[in-house]
Amino acid sequence: MSKVVNYLKSLTLKELRRGMGLTLKYFFKRKFTVRYPEEKTPKSPRFRGLHALRRYPNGEERCIACKLCEAVCPAAAITIDSDVREDGSRRTTKYEIDLFKCIYCGFCEESCPVDSIVETDIHEYHFESKGKNIITKEQLLAIGDMYEEKIAETKQQDAKYR
Amino acid sequence: MILEQIWMIVWTLLKIVAIMLPLILCVAYATYFERKVIAFMHTRMGPNRVGLFGFRLRGLMQPFADVIKLLTKEIIFPSNANKFLFLIAPVITLATAFAAWAVVPFEDGLVLANINAGLVYILAMTSLGVYGVIIAGWASNSKYALLGALRSAAQIVSYEIAMGFALVGVLVAAGSLNLTEIVHGQQGGIQNWYFIPLFPLFVIYFIAGVAETNRAPFDVAEGESEIVAGFHVEYSGSAFAVFFLAEYANMIIISALAAIMFLGGWYSPIGGDSILATPSVFWFFVKTCVFMYLYFWFRASFPRYRYDQIMRLGWKVFIPITIVWIMVVAIMKVYHLGPWF
Repeated sequence: MSKVVNYLKSLTLKELRRGMGLTLKYFFKRKFTVRYPEEKTPKSPRFRGLHALRRYPNGEERCIACKLCEAVCPAAAITIDSDVREDGSRRTTKYEIDLFKCIYCGFCEESCPVDSIVETDIHEYHFESKGKNIITKEQLLAIGDMYEEKIAETKQQDAKYR
Repeated sequence: MILEQIWMIVWTLLKIVAIMLPLILCVAYATYFERKVIAFMHTRMGPNRVGLFGFRLRGLMQPFADVIKLLTKEIIFPSNANKFLFLIAPVITLATAFAAWAVVPFEDGLVLANINAGLVYILAMTSLGVYGVIIAGWASNSKYALLGALRSAAQIVSYEIAMGFALVGVLVAAGSLNLTEIVHGQQGGIQNWYFIPLFPLFVIYFIAGVAETNRAPFDVAEGESEIVAGFHVEYSGSAFAVFFLAEYANMIIISALAAIMFLGGWYSPIGGDSILATPSVFWFFVKTCVFMYLYFWFRASFPRYRYDQIMRLGWKVFIPITIVWIMVVAIMKVYHLGPWF
């Protein structure tokens, strides 16, 4: 008996019709596509994008050239040279990150004792010529200056979970 | 006398152009239609970027962007490929796909060649298309292309039979091979269309048509995951575009024929004398679009059949069913059943 039923089922294309019914249902569903440059998905405050070097509110750069980030960097993307500044404080003379080497793990940010190096949520950037993938201290500070408010805000949001 | 003959040739050429240009445009928009339908069934947007003069137009210019891209690309000849055959294969495929349109009636009297053996001519043209596929696979000098061509050829030949038998049912019902007369036999509303008495043949015709054009779920000839792209794996640029064009032209002709044979061609589904009941090319177009939609619906719904399953379906299921139903149709015809016979 069940053999006959199965035979009739396949002859009347039962399962195929059910499959088509399912796809038809989805045809009329709301579409999930995010139309990217116009629409964007929300980003977590923990998002790890382009790096930045921060300053204290008085304008003094935070970085004290302890080189913990350079040591912890698993991709060896950070290069630091340091020297004594005129006022006797220890500062970096060179702080470069090779963005091609960087794996955006966020270890540098975690290791930093003065919250100097951070990863912002900027991920839409590009390089226009060879060598531009290595960003210098000036560029990192500039990014930090430009987005300081945003950085402070996201760090504040995430602070209680750290 | 000679002037008259020349005029006739020019006039026929003009008519051919008048069929070809809209057809090519239809093919272009069939690709857009397909991508949109499949995207919608995946709950995506589909192409929605390419516009004109800065207007987005929901991606309506996408087909033109695709065509321009394909036509400006290089045609790569595989080493040791037979250049002549390699180039003639897409032309054969395209020529047969377009030639079949000669007998398709768009409206009462609106047909390029109103020949009495229209049905046979169409079957002949669609079967000839397989030569293009075989030659393409052979001339490419590539094992994937050859395997794809063999699969495709075997499949087309097998489903040709089921399809031919399904059309025999139409022939019995209409008592004519002339496509215009087949449509005339279905005059007067949806209840007079042949798809009701010939329902099994109608279903089988369309499934065989899908297999015949090597479309999903019968696209083992292309089988991206197994043999890359099948017979046209070595083709690029405009030669590939020609294959593409032929494939979609074939799909459109299968859809158009389904509309003509089973859904009353240019007749309106509503009987009577109202404005909606006026037979026109509009109805023909709508019916063809319904079948095109079905093609894309199948592609979004079903996984690819295994090769032996395809052969089993063609030979062991479709052919017996069609033969049995032809008998049923013959009996209905003898006893003048319903409004159809």
